[in-house]
Amino acid sequence: MTDPQNAVGVLVSLNGLAGGLFLLTAFGMIAMRQVLGCVSLFVAQSILLAASAMILGYNHVSAHLFVVAVITLGMKSILIPWLLGRTVPQEVYTRREISQILNIPTSLLLGVALVIVAYFATSSLIKASEGAFVKINVPVGLAGVLLGAYTVVVRREAVPQVMGLLNMENGAFFAGVCIAPDLPTIAELAAAFDVVIVALVMGLLTRRIRERTGTTAVGRMAALKEE
Amino acid sequence: MTEKILFNVVQVLVVMFFSPLVKGVLNRLKENIQSKRGPSVLQPYRDIWKLFHKDEVVSEQSTWIFRFTPYIVFITPIFVALLIPVLTAYPLFFAFMGDMLGGGFILSLGGFFATLAAVDTANPYGAMGASRTRMVGFLAEPVFMIVFFTVSFIAGSTIPYIVHKHWMNPTSNFFEPSHVLLMIAFLMLVIAEGGRIPVDNPSGHFELAMIDESKGLEFSGRGAALMKWGGAMKFFVLLCIYLNVLVTPWGLARGETIGQVALAIPLVLLKILGFVLVLVVIEASLAKLRLFRITEFLGGAFVTSVAAMITRLLEG
Repeated sequence: MTDPQNAVGVLVSLNGLAGGLFLLTAFGMIAMRQVLGCVSLFVAQSILLAASAMILGYNHVSAHLFVVAVITLGMKSILIPWLLGRTVPQEVYTRREISQILNIPTSLLLGVALVIVAYFATSSLIKASEGAFVKINVPVGLAGVLLGAYTVVVRREAVPQVMGLLNMENGAFFAGVCIAPDLPTIAELAAAFDVVIVALVMGLLTRRIRERTGTTAVGRMAALKEE
Repeated sequence: MTEKILFNVVQVLVVMFFSPLVKGVLNRLKENIQSKRGPSVLQPYRDIWKLFHKDEVVSEQSTWIFRFTPYIVFITPIFVALLIPVLTAYPLFFAFMGDMLGGGFILSLGGFFATLAAVDTANPYGAMGASRTRMVGFLAEPVFMIVFFTVSFIAGSTIPYIVHKHWMNPTSNFFEPSHVLLMIAFLMLVIAEGGRIPVDNPSGHFELAMIDESKGLEFSGRGAALMKWGGAMKFFVLLCIYLNVLVTPWGLARGETIGQVALAIPLVLLKILGFVLVLVVIEASLAKLRLFRITEFLGGAFVTSVAAMITRLLEG
């Protein structure tokens, strides 16, 4: 552990571990049946994002990244779940079965295909840079964005769709922390507050939808209706 | 050379004599966690002893497959025990006869014959259980493939003795993301192959819901004893592959003296006890999945193993 080469090796490994588990949580959000499970997966994913930011911050000796990690932990793993818990009625969380457009194994396989697409799409970018962290963070981040978009497409419930959007945002951050380690804190703060506002608005919207129609299965609301 | 052959025999004896104990401890702890007292940890030994002293009944309609199956089921885990590191960290006499894939093939040969024997007697529950085991089996197959592929990709070999050394030096290899993801994927495989709770309920007595158990319903006397013992050994061998090769490559004998090998026995049993505790917690906190949900469980295992492979690719 004393020689610096080995220490960087451990950091790269830990960052890779965070990346791998990040991918797994993104897959979990596609496959999870319970709404509450989706939310706790999102919390886990945000913690992994913060862990990756901290590892990178330690490696680059950058205080900005530590600030990013703290903001992520505070906003995404505490504030957003709490806000969603307050705005979305409890009955939504207790429901166990969530309808999906495709069955779960099929959508998992499509997710694997998306990850491979992300890998090939970023391979030329990775060749341009020489950092060991870029190799993990950029493809995993892009995969997070794609899987999040896919979650929004394939899920019919409102709350998992919100989770898909937040998953996209997490993916973008995951790639961002390694591309721009010296992002001004004001930009980070703005982005983080944006996400909170988005979550709040969507939570309230979900509440309104449920009050009007008695369901949060937004996938069924295909036709406009005059009252 | 003679020592290595001797140690190989010791490995087989350890697998034979301690595998019912693992089953017994597992059953006992499972009952304890539900606030029941549970059977003695020695109960599997007593069951096997009792069955060996009972008469055997074989249906006239059955063929030679039914008569031979108990022996095949009993012998295949012993062959695998020759190939894998049960007690020693260095390769023994038969170590290079086959790799992990070979061990998997040998184990599935036993499973194949158990399936055939279940269909052979024309007991309706037997055929049902057999087809269900095949379903779980072929869903687990791609996961096995990707796991072995990734292991050989990382460690450069599928010989278990080489693989488990790779995680230890340097130590940072142990925390490699693909390794941790592989551990998760293989844990799900051990649960599916061992017929543990999210996939199958080993203590259920309701034939319609059985997956693994109903294959052995027709056996009696010595055949049933051998099937039971073989099943326990198969589980023990799977745990040895999982713990000694993938999860905790420590605690195995390094020296070539009989004392060090003897010291490895309690250490390996301790590791297995630790894993059994984890398994008991998993079994107590989850409900058995419906039959068609097993696809999703093993789909999750598949995605995990693919994620392991992809992170390995990304690291380049």
